[in-house]
Amino acid sequence: MSRLPFYLVVALLLVAGIALTLHRHLQFEVPWTPGEQRQVWEIEAQVNFRADGGPAKVNMALPSSQEGFRVLTEHTASPGYGLTYLNENGSRRAEWSIRDASGSQQLYYSVQVLVAPQASPAMAPPPPSPVDVVWERPYDTAAAQVIDRAWSRSADAYTFARGLISDFSDERQGENARLLLTQFDRVPLLVRLLNQAGIQAREVSGLMLEHGRRRQSLTSWIQVFDESGESVLFNPATGEQGRPDNLLLWEAGGQAVLEVQGGSNSQVSFSMLSRNQPAASAVRRQLAEDTGTLLNFSIHSLPLEEQALFQTILLIPIGALVVVLLRVLVGIKTSGTFMPVLIALAFIQTTLVTGLIGFLLVVAVGLVIRNYLSYLNLLLVARVTAVIITVIAIISVFSVLSYRFGLNAGLTITFFPMIILSWTIERMSILWEEEGPKEVLIQGGGSLLTAVLAYLAMNNPWIRHLTFNFLGIQLILMAVILMLGNYTGYRLLELRRFKPVTED
Amino acid sequence: MWSSPGKLRAKGIIGMNRRNIRYIGRYNNRRLYPLVDDKLKTKLLAQAHGITSPALIGTVATQFGVKHIRQMLDGHAGFVIKPAKGSGGKGILVIERVEGGQYVKPSGLHLTLSDVERHVSNILSGLYSLGGSPDVALIEGLINFDTTFAEYTYEGVPDIRVIVFQGYPVMAMMRLSTAASDGKANLHQGAVGVGIDIATGAAIRGVQFDRTRHDHPDTGHELASLKIAGWETLLLLAADCYEMTGLGYLGTDMVLDRDHGPMLLELNARPGLAIQMANGEGLRPRLDLVERQTEARDAAQRVAFAQHHFARHSELETGLALAPEQAGA
Ligand SMILES: Nc1ncnc2c1ncn2[C@@H]1O[C@H](COP(=O)(O)OP(=O)(O)O)[C@@H](O)[C@H]1O
Ligand SMILES: [Mg+2]
Repeated sequence: MSRLPFYLVVALLLVAGIALTLHRHLQFEVPWTPGEQRQVWEIEAQVNFRADGGPAKVNMALPSSQEGFRVLTEHTASPGYGLTYLNENGSRRAEWSIRDASGSQQLYYSVQVLVAPQASPAMAPPPPSPVDVVWERPYDTAAAQVIDRAWSRSADAYTFARGLISDFSDERQGENARLLLTQFDRVPLLVRLLNQAGIQAREVSGLMLEHGRRRQSLTSWIQVFDESGESVLFNPATGEQGRPDNLLLWEAGGQAVLEVQGGSNSQVSFSMLSRNQPAASAVRRQLAEDTGTLLNFSIHSLPLEEQALFQTILLIPIGALVVVLLRVLVGIKTSGTFMPVLIALAFIQTTLVTGLIGFLLVVAVGLVIRNYLSYLNLLLVARVTAVIITVIAIISVFSVLSYRFGLNAGLTITFFPMIILSWTIERMSILWEEEGPKEVLIQGGGSLLTAVLAYLAMNNPWIRHLTFNFLGIQLILMAVILMLGNYTGYRLLELRRFKPVTED
Repeated sequence: MWSSPGKLRAKGIIGMNRRNIRYIGRYNNRRLYPLVDDKLKTKLLAQAHGITSPALIGTVATQFGVKHIRQMLDGHAGFVIKPAKGSGGKGILVIERVEGGQYVKPSGLHLTLSDVERHVSNILSGLYSLGGSPDVALIEGLINFDTTFAEYTYEGVPDIRVIVFQGYPVMAMMRLSTAASDGKANLHQGAVGVGIDIATGAAIRGVQFDRTRHDHPDTGHELASLKIAGWETLLLLAADCYEMTGLGYLGTDMVLDRDHGPMLLELNARPGLAIQMANGEGLRPRLDLVERQTEARDAAQRVAFAQHHFARHSELETGLALAPEQAGA
């Protein structure tokens, strides 16, 4: 009989489990420990305008996930307005609309952004198409001369852009530059000149993130593309190349940040806060949005309530593993194989001390009453049912009593699985009659010890974090349990049991 | 307090995990379990194979039938009520005699008819069977055990457990009931286990509650002189159970009846490991030796093989009883 297929299955499970887990960690940046902190920015945009007294439409650019940042959640507050999110050519926009508005209006948009150095743009607006630029006299000659000068001193798109911008910087402005600036705004002018030189470029708007800043506005940047489609940001004032780490691109498509129809005096201002939050919860939100492929199969896409349920369900294998370990490697006797897991689940709800006291109280009182029931000479099913009702009564009495005495913890006793408890009481009571109180202590103690250890394992924040965020762990658990099921060595307690044999 | 895995391995001790995976899992086909897990089926099977077992007085299968139990018991001096699917001595009620309408247990405890009826009713509800499934109550005639054992047992029938591996009787022990075990010879309930030499049927070593013993705790009789008469017949009977059930790793429980000789009491597809304690020796070397056998042998040849290879000396204080038989083996 070959064990090869067995080991193949175990190896397969292990490999798949580890691969899934690593994928989760690398692809979604789910951290290994729940305590890891990530920086999250809360940014609020406030749109103000004066409505003309009729229908109004406000169209604002929204930030997308991009290099260095990942958008987690967003909210709007705009009473009375209809809202649609639009997605045009890879840039996102929000459009508020209202039939009748007058006076000063305020619209709010807030977004949480995770600082994620590895993040790459989910979707970037494509480079702009080249435009033919036409100038009026005398600006055409000025423009041509500026371009010529910069052109001759540059080698490629980036060096050209840098040279051009520095020609327009305050200290070194030439006559041509000054002339052009009298007629045009600096940034559109620079974009226009770049376009005329045959270089794809556009104006984008970004927000410099600084903790606690309020009433900030967006700054303009010039995005320059080279022949291969790569792009670089330039600071239009200094000609500095590259994106500062704290720059969040708000509008990256070369369009207007804010467009208002049916209103005037529109403006948008930003306030922002940075805070650290556990990476797990930051990641959880982001996983919730990844519902696409099967590989990203994630319980985070479920509604919150179901997620909470799953968090518990995914812990059950851990409890079961503890039972398997204790039975196969240690040799502890329990009453009812997986009863301790259910008790441990109840402990999670009640907390350990309350749970232990509650459990002992219920079982002790239950045993006394069950002892009386045994004199009534009942059929088994009827007797167990009677025990169930008794257990419910005990639990009710304890709940009411503890509530009266102001011990709210006592109320959680209702989380105990009552039918399981009843069977436990029944079995313990038979054990008592058949094998005496010692065996009851051994098995009862074994069950309780197992339950407490299972509870400690299942309630461990790190284990909770791992089982909930890495489904691959379940496959690894499966492999471990399969291997344990194949363990033919001695159990710990057997080393003691068989001791006398080795003595002589 | 603790031994080490190395020492246990050197002694050839097998643990629970190894027993389950390596022997039970490999040699016992699950399909065959019902034959031995249900004592009624075992009894019928044994009868069909001409293997003697305690007389069946009757069975009770329905709660309605419980009311008629009295008629069934009429005229039987002693009887035993057991759950067909019970194990480990659970739910076994041994009644030695009936005195003035009261039923007397070996301990002298008197039970009324309604006590007995309740017991049967509990059996039917599945109180003693695995997983609590509904069960059948078996009523058997009381075994009159061989009086030669009277000194070695207290209030109950001693039984003899032989582990039969692939048809070879590999290890044996006798289980003597004590006050603690309440007329039943189940070790974990406190019966004394006495390792028996496969070659001769003589005692090797005794244990109670996993600790070495040289005498019976209640009668005080030393164990060294214990020797089972008709040992070879008993081994043959045990070896036959392999062909009867098809189970490769089997625990056979036998009793010696005063009038009928060796009888099959029950079979066990998951025999316990305490027999190693009683013998002061692990099963592993013997099981390994049997596993290496390729030759097909009939029951008698297998018994001879076992008697030849598994012979042992007594470790008990008086070793006198062995001498003559050992020469013959
Ligand atoms: N017919 C009987 N007469 C006397 N004692 C019996 C009888 N049947 C069983 N016993 C006692 O009860 C013990 C357990 O019985 P057994 O049939 O082996 O059931 P179990 O599967 O529970 O071990 C035996 O070892 C023996 O001591
Ligand atoms: Mg038995």
